[in-house]
Amino acid sequence: MLGEGILKGLAETAKNFAGSFVSAERLTTVEYPEQRIAPIEATRDFPFLVYDGEDWEAGMRCVSCQICEKECPPKCIYIEKSKDKKPDALGKPQFYPTRFDIDISVCMSCQICVEVCPFEAIKMDTEFELSTTDRFGGLLHDRKQLSRSNEYYHRIHPTEAAEVDARLAEEKAKADAKAKAAAEAAAAKATAAAATPPAAIPPVGGA
Amino acid sequence: MSATLDQIFVLIKQWIVSFLPVAWQPVAGILLCVAAIVSVFPGLFAFTVLLERKGLGRMQNRIGPNRVGPFGIFQPIADGIKSLTKEDIVPYSADGVVHFLAPVVLVVAVFLGFAVLPMGRNMVLVDVDASLLFYFAIGASTELSVFMAGWSSRNKYSLLGAMRAVAQMISYEVPLLMSSVAIVMMTGSLSLVKIVEVQNHYSGIFPHWFIFTPWGFVGFVLYAVAATAETNRSPFDLPEGESELVAGYFTEYSGFKFALFFLGEYLAMFSISGLGATLFLGGWSAPFSFLTWIPSWVWFFGKVMTSIFVFIWMRGTLPRLRQDQLMNFAWKFVLPLTMINLFDAAIWRFLGEGWLRWVICSTILLIAYIGMGRIGMSRKHFGPRSYRYAE
Repeated sequence: MLGEGILKGLAETAKNFAGSFVSAERLTTVEYPEQRIAPIEATRDFPFLVYDGEDWEAGMRCVSCQICEKECPPKCIYIEKSKDKKPDALGKPQFYPTRFDIDISVCMSCQICVEVCPFEAIKMDTEFELSTTDRFGGLLHDRKQLSRSNEYYHRIHPTEAAEVDARLAEEKAKADAKAKAAAEAAAAKATAAAATPPAAIPPVGGA
Repeated sequence: MSATLDQIFVLIKQWIVSFLPVAWQPVAGILLCVAAIVSVFPGLFAFTVLLERKGLGRMQNRIGPNRVGPFGIFQPIADGIKSLTKEDIVPYSADGVVHFLAPVVLVVAVFLGFAVLPMGRNMVLVDVDASLLFYFAIGASTELSVFMAGWSSRNKYSLLGAMRAVAQMISYEVPLLMSSVAIVMMTGSLSLVKIVEVQNHYSGIFPHWFIFTPWGFVGFVLYAVAATAETNRSPFDLPEGESELVAGYFTEYSGFKFALFFLGEYLAMFSISGLGATLFLGGWSAPFSFLTWIPSWVWFFGKVMTSIFVFIWMRGTLPRLRQDQLMNFAWKFVLPLTMINLFDAAIWRFLGEGWLRWVICSTILLIAYIGMGRIGMSRKHFGPRSYRYAE
């Protein structure tokens, strides 16, 4: 009969109206500033720079290779390379950024900088409450504001950070092994050289 | 005691007026009543907006506004301050004078309708003999302001919204009038005060409201449908369909003018609910004879607010109609049914007292309703839609 559907619909909304006062699971609203849902592990929004150890400036993994700056689609990264070098995590002397700015008002959270970084130095953050009263300066983050410790990275993305650490450890082990092998080879060469009379081999480097 | 409480506002008015010279007393009394109407109904409007937002939220399993004050009760105040302080923008190519006048005309016309509504025993601003006629004459002039707004804005959305509004309001004006004509036929009077008096009798504990007769019930349903369309409420909110027309005829209005349109719309809801209550639900009379000690104005405003809640309930339930469905419904279903209802009321009148008229009148209306529903639905196809793409 005509009008049946209307009555059914009215019954449904009446059920909702009364039910929302009685059963709490009907109300799915999360009242945001007071109540929060923990972000899922894959959450990502803006990039940050990872550092090892305590001091953000000394432990910074970034070697200022500028790949991310070149790859960034909206061009929101600005890097100035240092003139001098300082030892990185592996102990190898590397350049470091004297300036590393990200304009998060331009950043589109594409994660390309993270994917291209060969040094695991830039990762995605989960922090999203970045609003400021200064829309230009306040949204341009410098390297100090961007720096986060490796522990922080472990806290927000545990699985990914563990993988990164394993990879870095492997690389370090490989590098150590290589160095050790090189050292051993050098030592062996040296002993061999010592065993034979020095006059028999021509001087190295052709003095 | 209850008689004093029933007449409390009338007594207060007389007391205030008694301080003035006798010559000024009638004018002062009228002005006092006008001031009361002009302050009470906007207050009710603020309350209703909050009720609507909270109620709709609950119907959609949301919480609704709860930030301003405890449980969000100060939300209307925040809304009011916002709309008062916003910039008032008039489009460059708009017709400035008409654009300015449209919201004013709307609010004034709607307020005029309250002048003849009896809001309680002896609580009517002017007791005109043809008050129903006056009400409909004034009510029809809101269409003018809607079209003024749409035309003067010089915006395609506004104009389309205004065209829809005028078509809709004129179409539904007819069933609205026709369903009330049955009441006039039965009471033999166009005076709303008289219509309430006729209904204010009791058989046992039950009142003689017109809704408790077959023709009155059908008339009330038809009146409610036409009133919903007349006030541009969902599901008949085509003139301001957000998904199609931005905001319809008041697209180009901002700030306080927008607030006036908003106010006018809700005031129209109050006044048409008040008229519906007066015509079919016995106006200010109590629903049971043993409840007559409760002041009459409590019953009137209770009935109005109940109608408003039903309006909100409908809005939370029904989707918007299409323009052709709206017109078909008005001219092919509602209007013929009001005609049959008029005929039915006449039969009721001439069959005299007894159970026979109940059977005959109910049967006629039931057959008409089901039959017309069948005819109307027979040509419709329900089920999954089929699409044919251009080649």
